[in-house]
Amino acid sequence: MTQHSAEESASSRPLTAPPAETFSYDNRIVRDFAVATIVFGIVGFLVGLIVALKLVMPDFLNFIPQLSYGRLRPLHTNAVIFAFAGNAIFVGIYYSLQRLCKTRLFSDTLSRIHFWGWQLVIVLAVISLPLGFTTSKEYAELEWPIDVLITIVWVIFGANMLGTIYRRRVRHMYVAIWFYLATFITVAVLHVVNSFEVPVSLFKSYSFYAGVQDALVQWWYAHNAVAFFLTTPFLGIMYYFIPKAANRPIFSYRLSIIHFWALVFIYIWAGPHHLLYTALPGWVQSLGTVFSIMLIAPSWGGMVNGLFTLRGAWDTVRESPVLKFLVVGVTAYGMATFEGPMMSLKNYNAISHYTDIVIAHVHLGALAWNGGLTFAMLYFIIPRIYRTELYSTKLANFHFWVATLGILFYVLPMYWGGFVQSLMWKEFTEEGLLRYPNFLETVTQLVPMYALRAVGGGLFIIGAVAAVYNLYQTGRQGSLLADEADQAPPLVDSRYSPTKSEGVHRSLERLPTVFAVLTLIAILIGGIVEYLPTALVESNVPTIAAVKPYKPLELAGRDLYIREGCNNCHSQMIRPFRSEVERYGDYSKAGEFVYDHPFLWGSKRTGPDLHRIGGKYPDSWHYLHMQDPLATSPGSIMPSYPWMITDHLDYSDIGAKIEAMQTLGVPYEEGYAARARSDLEEQARQIAAGLNKDGLTVTADAEIVALIAYLQRLGTDIRTDAEYTKAFDRMMTKADQGTEFGNYWPLTEAADLAAGQAIFASPRNLCYTCHRLDLGGQVGPDLTDGNWLHGCDMGSIMSNIKRGFQHKGMLPYGSGKPLAVEELHQVASYILSKAGSNPASPKEPDLSRASPCDPQL
Amino acid sequence: MSALYLLIGFSLAIALVFLWAFFWAVKNDQYDDTHTPAMRILLDEDAPPLRDSTKELST
Repeated sequence: MTQHSAEESASSRPLTAPPAETFSYDNRIVRDFAVATIVFGIVGFLVGLIVALKLVMPDFLNFIPQLSYGRLRPLHTNAVIFAFAGNAIFVGIYYSLQRLCKTRLFSDTLSRIHFWGWQLVIVLAVISLPLGFTTSKEYAELEWPIDVLITIVWVIFGANMLGTIYRRRVRHMYVAIWFYLATFITVAVLHVVNSFEVPVSLFKSYSFYAGVQDALVQWWYAHNAVAFFLTTPFLGIMYYFIPKAANRPIFSYRLSIIHFWALVFIYIWAGPHHLLYTALPGWVQSLGTVFSIMLIAPSWGGMVNGLFTLRGAWDTVRESPVLKFLVVGVTAYGMATFEGPMMSLKNYNAISHYTDIVIAHVHLGALAWNGGLTFAMLYFIIPRIYRTELYSTKLANFHFWVATLGILFYVLPMYWGGFVQSLMWKEFTEEGLLRYPNFLETVTQLVPMYALRAVGGGLFIIGAVAAVYNLYQTGRQGSLLADEADQAPPLVDSRYSPTKSEGVHRSLERLPTVFAVLTLIAILIGGIVEYLPTALVESNVPTIAAVKPYKPLELAGRDLYIREGCNNCHSQMIRPFRSEVERYGDYSKAGEFVYDHPFLWGSKRTGPDLHRIGGKYPDSWHYLHMQDPLATSPGSIMPSYPWMITDHLDYSDIGAKIEAMQTLGVPYEEGYAARARSDLEEQARQIAAGLNKDGLTVTADAEIVALIAYLQRLGTDIRTDAEYTKAFDRMMTKADQGTEFGNYWPLTEAADLAAGQAIFASPRNLCYTCHRLDLGGQVGPDLTDGNWLHGCDMGSIMSNIKRGFQHKGMLPYGSGKPLAVEELHQVASYILSKAGSNPASPKEPDLSRASPCDPQL
Repeated sequence: MSALYLLIGFSLAIALVFLWAFFWAVKNDQYDDTHTPAMRILLDEDAPPLRDSTKELST
C-alpha cells in the first residue's frame, strides 16, 4: 500500500509540485569581471599597438630593457588572452550559468576569491614579463610561482561552477553549460602538464621536457588553449547570448549537442599541426593534420547553428549592435576555423608557417571572434544589470563599424605581407642561387604592411574606447541591481522514490561527482610527478654522440636569450627545404635539441632563423649588431640592446642552474656545479679578449659576452667549424674559382677605380660594414695585407664577390639585386688597387687558412 | 618520444572524461527532449523591466 501510494505521488508530481523558491542572482560579480575585462582589454590592446609600432620604428620606447619588443610581445599576448578574454569568459559564465541553473552562484566567497585571485595573476604578469621573468613557452610564459597561483584560482573557479550546477533548479543542463564544463576540465589538465618545470630560483625555472618533447607538449598545450580557452567558453557564450539577443531559440538544439561532443573529442589531437616539417616524427605530424581537417565539421556545425538562429530575423541585426557583433564574430569564427585546417595541410603550411599569415589568422580569431562576442555580451549585460538602456546605440554602432574596419586593416596587410615574404624566401634565380639571399630584403619589403597593420589596430582601439565611454555612461544612468530576485520551484529528482529524504539523496548525488572531478585533478598531478621522472629522464639519451650539454657561459647566454624574448622573432628550426638549407645551413635534427630545456624553436620569423648562426659571423659582428643593428644591417627592424654591453652578467646562480639541469638528466659530470663558475669566467675572458683585440670595448663579465658564447655555439654540435670551413674552401677552389671570370685583368683607369670605390662604400652593398672603408678589415679580413683565403687573381675575387660565403656571413652579390659583371670588375679592381696601403690597426690575418698571394703574378 | 605517450595518455584521459559525461548525460535524460531546452532559456524573465527610474526621479 505504501509502495503504491509512493508511485502514485511520483506520477502525479505536477499536481503536487513544491512551491516556488525565491532566490537572487549575483550581478555584482558579473559587473566586477566586466570592469576587469574592459580595463585589461584596453591595456592589452595598447601594448599590442606599441609592439606593432616597434616593427615600424624599432627603437620606439626602447630606452629601457623592460620596454623592448621581446619582453612586451608576450605581455600583449598574455594580456589579451588571459586578462581580456579570460575575464570575459567569467562574465559570460557567471551571468548565464546562474540564469540557466535558476540558482545563485555556489559561494559568494569563492566568487570573490576567484575574482581577486585572477586579477592578482594578471598584475603579476604585467610586472614579471617586462622584468624578463619568462619561461619562453608561448602563452605559458609566466614563471612557476604564478603557474601555481593560476592552478589554485582555476580550481576555485571550477569548484564554484560545479557547486552552482549541483544546486541547479533545472534538471536539464543547457548546451552552454557543457561548453563551460569542458573549458574547466581541459584547461586544468593542459596548464598542469605544460607547466611542469624545475625551479632554479623564485624567478627562474627550466621546463621539465627538452627539445622535441618540450615542443610537442608546448604546442599540445597552446593549440588546446586556443581550443578550450578561446573557443569552447565563447561557444557557450554564443549558445546563450545569440538566442537571448535575437529572442529566438537556437536553430537546432540537436545540432548543438553533436557540435559539442564532436568538438571536444577531436580538438585535443590537433596540436602537432604547429610543428609540421620540424624535427617531430612524421607520423605525429600527419596525425595532427588529419584531426585538424576533421575539425572543420564540428566548427562549421557550430557556426551554422549560430547564424541560422537568425533565420527570418535578419532585420533585427540592423537594429541591434549586440547582434551585429555576434554575427561578425561567428562569421569570423567560421573563417578562422576553415583557415586553421588549411594551414594544417603541409603544402600550405610550408608557405604560411613562420610568416605574418599566422599573425593575421590569430587576430581574425582574437579581434573578431573573441572581441566581437565579448563586446556583444557587454552591450547585452550591462544595461540589464543596471536596469536601464544602452546609453547610445549610435555610439555602439560606431564602435562596430570602426572595429570591423580596423580588423580588415589589420588582417589584409598581414596576409599580403606574409605571402610576399614567404615567396621571397623561396625564390631562386636561374643559376640556382637564392633570389633574395639577404633576409633583410624580405623584411624591409614588409615595413609598409606593418605600418598599415598598426593603423588597423589603432582603429580597433578607438572602437574599444568608444565602448568604454558608452558602457560607463550606461552604468551612470542606471543603478546596479546587485542581487536580482527570481523564483523557481526546487528540483525534484524523478529517479528516486519521494519517500526518501530529499536532502540525503540530493547530497549523495552531488558529492560523488564533485569528488570524482577533484580526484581526477589530483590523479593527474600525482601522475605527472610520479611518471615523468622515470619516463622522460632516462629517454634523454642523446641520439647524436657529438651533441654535448651547453658550457656554463653558453647556458647563461641562453637564459639571456630567453629573458630578452629573442624567440619571439627568431626561430631555431631549419625545415628540410632547399630554400632554407641554402639560406641557413643543414636542416635541424631532433637529436640536436636533447639538452634544450626549454626548446626555443620559435613560431615566427620576423628575423632570420638562428639555428646555424654559430660560427657564421665573428664575435665582433654580433657585438656591433647587438649594439646597433643598423650599423651592420641598414634597414633592420631589430631593436638595439645597448644594455647587454654595459650590464654585468649575474652568474651567482650558475651552480644551481647546472644542478637543475642535472636533475633533468643533462649529463654534466658529478660535482660539475662547483667548477662551473671558473669555467664560465675562463670562456668569458677568451671571448672578451678577442673582442678587445678587434678594438671593441667590453669587460669579460658583460652580458653580451655570454650571449655571444651562446649564439656561436648554436647548431655547431654536428659539425666542427674548422672542418666545415675547410670543406667549403675546397669546394670553392675546385668548382668556382677563376673559371667563370678567367680573362679579366685589373682596371687602372681612375674613373673605373672611383666607380669601384663607390660600389664598395655604397649602402646597398655594405662591403665596408665588414671590411671597413679603408679595407683594413674588422668583421671580414683585411683586404690590403696581401694574405688571401680564396685566391687573389682577378677571376677569383670577382667570382667570390658574386657567390659570397654565406656560411661565413658574406652575401652573394651576384644575387638579390645583383652586381653586373662590369661592376664586379670595377670593385675587384678597386680592392686590388688598395694592396699595400697600410690602413691603421688592420685586422690580423688568419694564417691557418690565408696565404700570401701576389696578384701581379 | 616518451612525451608523446604521455600526451596520448592525457588526451585519452580527457576523452574518457568526456565519454563518461556523454553517457551520464544520455542516461540522465539530458537529451530526451531537444526542443524545450532551446525554448526555455527564452522564457526566463531574466531582465528586470526596462525602466529609467533614475532619470525620471531626477527630472
